[in-house]
Amino acid sequence: MEHDGELRAMGAEALDVLIAALVARGYDVIGPTVRDGAIDLHKIHGMGDLPIGVTDEQEAGRYRLAPRADGAVFGFSNGPSSWKRHLHPPQTRLWHADLSGDRPVYVSDVEAPARPMAFLGVRGCDLAAIAILDTVLAADEHYQARRQNVAVVAINCGQAGATCFCASMGTGPAARSGFDLALTELVGDTKHEFLIETATPLGTSLLAELPTRTATDEDLARAAAILETTRTQMGRTLETAGLKEDIAAAAESPHWQEVAARCLTCGNCTMVCPTCFCTEMEDTSDLTGAHAERWRHWESCFTLDFSYAMGGSVRHSPASRYRQWLTHKLSTWEDQFGTSGCVGCGRCIAWCPVGIDITAEAKALQAEARP
Amino acid sequence: MSQPRPKLAVWKFASCDGCQLSLLDCEDELLAVAEALDFAMFREATSADVAGPYDLSLVEGSITTEHDLARIQEVRRQSKWLVTIGACATAGGIQALRNFRDHGEFLAAVYARPDYIDSLATSTPISAHVRVDFELHGCPIDKRQLLEVISAFLNRRKPTISATSVCSECKRRGIVCVMVAHGTPCLGPVTHAGCGALCPAVNRGCYGCFGPMETPNTAALAAWWRGALGQDSRSVGRAFSTFNCAAEPFAKEAAAHDD
Repeated sequence: MEHDGELRAMGAEALDVLIAALVARGYDVIGPTVRDGAIDLHKIHGMGDLPIGVTDEQEAGRYRLAPRADGAVFGFSNGPSSWKRHLHPPQTRLWHADLSGDRPVYVSDVEAPARPMAFLGVRGCDLAAIAILDTVLAADEHYQARRQNVAVVAINCGQAGATCFCASMGTGPAARSGFDLALTELVGDTKHEFLIETATPLGTSLLAELPTRTATDEDLARAAAILETTRTQMGRTLETAGLKEDIAAAAESPHWQEVAARCLTCGNCTMVCPTCFCTEMEDTSDLTGAHAERWRHWESCFTLDFSYAMGGSVRHSPASRYRQWLTHKLSTWEDQFGTSGCVGCGRCIAWCPVGIDITAEAKALQAEARP
Repeated sequence: MSQPRPKLAVWKFASCDGCQLSLLDCEDELLAVAEALDFAMFREATSADVAGPYDLSLVEGSITTEHDLARIQEVRRQSKWLVTIGACATAGGIQALRNFRDHGEFLAAVYARPDYIDSLATSTPISAHVRVDFELHGCPIDKRQLLEVISAFLNRRKPTISATSVCSECKRRGIVCVMVAHGTPCLGPVTHAGCGALCPAVNRGCYGCFGPMETPNTAALAAWWRGALGQDSRSVGRAFSTFNCAAEPFAKEAAAHDD
């Protein structure tokens, strides 16, 4: 049975055709690739750059690559970087100024990338994260300049990790919206194929260039079974019912001190988080004072500078900084932006150098709220 | 130039000269620095020896002799703005290892005639003796940060120098975490940013050259090294006993693993 005439199937090798079609349209294709012992998101040129037959094993504070026998292309879960790195880069020059006589002449540095970006392999959790950034940074001209012409090829997640909990957060493992094309990888003993679904005119025009066949009921059943398996693979859960209220009520909990004894306040969790958007401004001038620049850098609520007000830092204790982060993520984000700030990607758990687990800390706070 | 240039003096105490050489290492910017500042006293660059007072003094090295104890007071008196540069000047340097042992025993073990040596039993940072206007960390310091401090001084603004962790620099650069992904012990989470994550960028753990970050939780990091990374107590103690061994958070952590 044909699925609205839009769901097709193609051999795995056709992924190369898809990448070439994106490049031919002028895109820089950003996708997963193995680098320095992790599967991270970098510019790729063809299917050979993808982590074929490579998976990852993740736990709190631990990430390791491992081979997988089935040759799956997307048979891993999230790596250290999220798409935030490409949409909301770690450092951006906002403007520069030069003295003309004794007056400064300001020049805005808002610019779109030379070539638009195509994201390949975006999972449900990260689609939700991009949607959150779209809301939070709706009025940010630098973000919008980069975001505007991004093409998104999503992947229905076929491999969740021990640190994943998107099913709890309602963001995955299926890709629901925010993409041009969505893939489902079907890996079998004899066949290695992708189901491919289009959601936009760009997706449809790309699909027309691919060697596809009509998807069958059997294909659809396999795709559904894969998502179900992924759902059960997740090693973490978070009970979201009442979570916002429980965290808000936990402001004075002694548990924050207990976390602070372990927390390094290094800021890694905020920087790997696909939705943490905070930045700082840095003004610099050269030796002559005739040239000045304003830069924006990723900043973290774990630094003292972040809450520096007249007289010093407002959140001096590590406990107050961890509380700020977790409370914003799981509670006040909803007041501010209408959704949770957490999409369940698990990056903050895996990439915390000492394995602090947001789901475990939230559970401890929930247990205090409802003994 | 119509206005007199601010007078720069560079001072050396117990140190290797590497930090003051960072100024000469500013090859592309050196002419601009020389145009902006009058090198009144900078032995590595010029034999000129212009008398004080000085507008900006860069002080390298730690205090290890009676003579230097007196000299730093004079440098302070002659300096409008005094900036210490490098781990020796800001924390006592590697030579502060003697602070935790018997100085006399070291002298006897190393020198044929210990009685020729006239040094203090401790190596101490400049800030232990005089008021310091700004401390620039590193072993050695980073030349871009030195230029930033000089630019800030010239433009009468606060230097933009972050005291957060090396991790912030790693993550901004997109470097894969060597501790999480490779199991390599790394001091990055407790170490002051500034080097640009030099060692993790080449798959090495951070050695802590820039000293403690603003709120270093060394105990939690040491516990993780001991547990998840399987490091023995001696390795942890040694990691905290290098160029910034006398910086209090590192000294305390090293003492906790002194076996």
